[in-house]
Amino acid sequence: MPDAKLPLTLMLFLPFASSAATALMPAGARNLVAWLAGLTALAVFGLGLWAAPEIYAGTVLRAQYAWLPEYGLNFSIRLDGFAWAFAMIVSGIGALVVLYARYYMSPDDSAPRFFAFLLGFMGAMLGVVISGNLIQLVFFWELTSLFSFLLIAYWHHKDAARDGARMALTVTAAGGLSLFAGMLIIGHIVGSYELDVVLSSGRTIVDHAMYPAALALVAFGALTKSAQFPFHFWLPRAMTAPTPVSAYLHSATMVKAGVFLLARMWPVMAASDYWFWVFTPVGAATLLIGAFLAMFQQDLKGLLAYSTISHLGLIVLLLGLGSPLAAVAAIFHMINHATFKASLFMAAGIIDHEAGTRDIRQLGGLYRAMPITATLAMAAAAAMAGVPLLNGFLSKEMFFAETIESHVDSAFDHTLPYLATLAGMFSVAYSLRLIDQVFFGPEATDLPRKPHDPAIWMLAPAALLALMCLLVGVLPTWTISGFLSAAVFGVLGALTPEYSLAVWHGLTPALLMSVVALGGGTLTYLGLKDYLSGAVEGPPLLRRLSGKRLFERAIAMLSWRWARVLEELLGTNRLQSQLRALVVIMVLAGCWPLLAGAGFSPAAALASVGVWLGNTWLSPRWLTSSAPMVGMFDPALLLVWAVGVACAVGAAWQAKYHRLVALILMGGSGLATSITFVWYSAPDLALTQLLVEIVTVVLILLGLRWMPRRDELIPDDQLTSARLRRLRDLFIAIAAGCGVAALAFAVLTSEQTATIGDEMIRRAHPEGGGHNVVNVILVDFRGFDTLGEITVLGAVAITVFALLRRFRPARDSFAAPDQKRFQTEYDSTRYAPGKDPINAHYMLVQGVIIRLLFPVICAMAAFLFMRGHDLPGGGFIGGLTFAIAFILQYIAGGARWVEDRLVVLPVRWIGAGILLAAATGLGALLFGRPFLTTAFRYVELPLFGKTPMASALSFDLGVFALVFGATVLMLIAIAHQSIRVYRTMEKASVREKAAARSRGDV
Amino acid sequence: MEPVIAIAIGVLTGSGVWLVLRPRTFQVIVGLSLISYAVNLFIFSMGRLKVGAPTFTGGAGASALADPTPQALVLTAIVISFAMTALLLVVTIASRGLTGSDHVDGREDGL
Repeated sequence: MPDAKLPLTLMLFLPFASSAATALMPAGARNLVAWLAGLTALAVFGLGLWAAPEIYAGTVLRAQYAWLPEYGLNFSIRLDGFAWAFAMIVSGIGALVVLYARYYMSPDDSAPRFFAFLLGFMGAMLGVVISGNLIQLVFFWELTSLFSFLLIAYWHHKDAARDGARMALTVTAAGGLSLFAGMLIIGHIVGSYELDVVLSSGRTIVDHAMYPAALALVAFGALTKSAQFPFHFWLPRAMTAPTPVSAYLHSATMVKAGVFLLARMWPVMAASDYWFWVFTPVGAATLLIGAFLAMFQQDLKGLLAYSTISHLGLIVLLLGLGSPLAAVAAIFHMINHATFKASLFMAAGIIDHEAGTRDIRQLGGLYRAMPITATLAMAAAAAMAGVPLLNGFLSKEMFFAETIESHVDSAFDHTLPYLATLAGMFSVAYSLRLIDQVFFGPEATDLPRKPHDPAIWMLAPAALLALMCLLVGVLPTWTISGFLSAAVFGVLGALTPEYSLAVWHGLTPALLMSVVALGGGTLTYLGLKDYLSGAVEGPPLLRRLSGKRLFERAIAMLSWRWARVLEELLGTNRLQSQLRALVVIMVLAGCWPLLAGAGFSPAAALASVGVWLGNTWLSPRWLTSSAPMVGMFDPALLLVWAVGVACAVGAAWQAKYHRLVALILMGGSGLATSITFVWYSAPDLALTQLLVEIVTVVLILLGLRWMPRRDELIPDDQLTSARLRRLRDLFIAIAAGCGVAALAFAVLTSEQTATIGDEMIRRAHPEGGGHNVVNVILVDFRGFDTLGEITVLGAVAITVFALLRRFRPARDSFAAPDQKRFQTEYDSTRYAPGKDPINAHYMLVQGVIIRLLFPVICAMAAFLFMRGHDLPGGGFIGGLTFAIAFILQYIAGGARWVEDRLVVLPVRWIGAGILLAAATGLGALLFGRPFLTTAFRYVELPLFGKTPMASALSFDLGVFALVFGATVLMLIAIAHQSIRVYRTMEKASVREKAAARSRGDV
Repeated sequence: MEPVIAIAIGVLTGSGVWLVLRPRTFQVIVGLSLISYAVNLFIFSMGRLKVGAPTFTGGAGASALADPTPQALVLTAIVISFAMTALLLVVTIASRGLTGSDHVDGREDGL
């Protein structure tokens, strides 16, 4: 066996690569993208030809890449005869469809978009057929649904196209999910997701207790994909797609995925009565209903769509029978149907393209105008009807012969031959109608365009396919037998039965059935002809019972009515009640284990608190011992928290009417928190908390001016109902607080078991190169986490910036302070604007001090950053400090003053920071290490002396830059709002003054 | 000091929850800040309270040091909570610019 890894991989990924390349091409490059798409399809076809000798010899080609080997999952490609046959159909018809589409699509349509989707679909379909792994198969299966959605909705300005696409996606993707579940069960039963293992599992699946469940799930997936009754309704709606798409996806390939899968799993799943009773009735119903409905379609593509449904039903029925010969017939018919139906769709597209309509009632007598198209369509339609000497006849006769055989002894099984003949009659009738009413009869006079045969290259694909129908039909043994036997051997292997492809089998019952179908079909058509040429769309009586309508009603019920009922029952537009529900549920969830679990009593809990106090605070130990120890009582920290707690309660109390007070009190609590951090051995946290406290307070101060004035009482607040509401919320808040306090106390007084912290401390210096374990964790051990976190920070900062750029602030709530106002009034009478000595030098002393402090703070920031790996500091702390240096300048000098002198580009800092951090992480990959691995060594630097230089330092520098950029960006964005308002006010006052002056002049 | 810290966390939570349930946007901003203090302290205290044992290696043995993991988690949480406050502030300012009200629902009760 030659090394198949590269060819097989290329086969699968070439279409995706071309799809991506095509998508990037300019919209005008129609020929270029068509060439690219066509050559890609031909290349895949060529790879298939390369593999043909091996495949004909019965070899299975494989390529495997490790994906998640620890879960037994590999990315594997497996090409056996059956997969190969499908790959040849997908790529071969793909190439023809590309050629056809090049002439079909109008110059107004975006060719790169169309071909990118088409190539993407080709890749996904190849993925389905040559996947060697069940999970991977389902992945590509869903991908075909997605590309089908995109292709159906290609003309997305049309409502019908969007609706059709949505319906197709809903039905087939739901099927895909079900298939996924089914595949998981099969993988569970067999113990592997590898197709090789599954296919060699014999009767394991059928004998397993979960077989019915797996069968039901797989069946739902396959039946929805192959548009089987009662899920068939999406396929006719998908005809809103451009015709090349219908020819490719909805006749030759995608809808075949369902029957492909059934054939694929046939050897290991079909040997049971369940299989027969699921697929044979569904197939028979689809066969009959599809053929019956096809007779009554007035849209040419609609007729072909229902005929496709019917033929897929035939294939499902054959597979359902469970005999090897029936499976051979099914595979043969898959191939035949792909050829004649793709050809017919192309012909339908040509007629639509040249005549301007697809309505069968309008068309007529086209044979004179477009003889070549008519001849091709007639050949393909005859194949569809099962006329002898065409390929459809061969597989249909095998089908008739199989229905006569007895399978699962039952009345249903005995009626199958009659049902098959009836469906055959319908099929003859609609094929005949297509030929007669479109190409013959009185010449149509009211067509939108004057029809004629199209360009030779648009005809060529349909012609080639029609020629194949004829060649296979006349000389089956010379043309198709090798291809077919390879495909059959891929499915059946040793089970492959004897079968004959001869055109003439003698006077058999099957031949009789064919004759009856042809004769009966002709009579049926003649009887219905007059009715049909004047009737409206759809069959009589059944017209109102449409799957589409039921589907739409179900969707409306699910997504609209039920949703609205639920929203009315459970939803609210009010934030307060939502938050209240959230808090109450959290409190109850916290209490649940205590209330539900036996053995909890409040008395015992209180007693244990008492015991703890007795062992610690109340014992004489803490008086005598000088060393710090757990449980020690400390009056200084108690005092800090007495203030901290008072601040928190005060903030809660004052936040409505006295915002500034509340803000200061909130800062008090933050300070207490910060002190606690430093008290209990977390200097890094304390520094961060302190710095964040500063920027938060500045930030909210800047925001205060946009809040409405609230210096009088809101009258509603004094109502009894408002008081009751507050009382209820107070109760909830106290309950939440008590719960959290109890929880914290319970954890704090419990024994600490070994944590990963010990491991991190042990490895921090040897492996991370730093003595500050917290910093090593941030930039090294959990560096990926930090990378995500700074990304969030950057995103938030840019969001803030973007929101403020667009938004119109409310009217300013606060007038300028009296002092400033009086000064301005006074100065404006004496000095030119901007030259007034008092306002221009407002806060001069503080301003000078802050200006002098700027380099000091910057140096401090650098210092904190540099030492961060070993001592308190690091990127977060350094970045915040650096940001504060700038913010102070803004506070002292005003935004205009600072920006006249300093160029601050916060967005670039953010970008540089994130790129640097990510690049550092990627750098490790160059050395063959995992993402974000640190390297470090000590370096002798001038001035600094011996400095540890870890690559984590450059990561931390990224953090530094991003934290600085994000912080400054947010604060500056809010600060600039004030300038904007002044600018608009100035403009308004200038305008007013000008208006006043002009009035005065008058 | 365990009871004191536990009570402090409880009071911060309680005050925060009370404010979060209030109708004015500024109250909610302050409330969320108080809740973040409480949550940060809570997570931090999962490493237990140790005095004089900052997590710098090179000195005492590992077992004597405080647990660095919760500290690292809280450090990033502090910065993120600042970002959240900023975003919330801007959203409330924008919301007031659009609706003219600083009620959390964008309109006064009963309107």
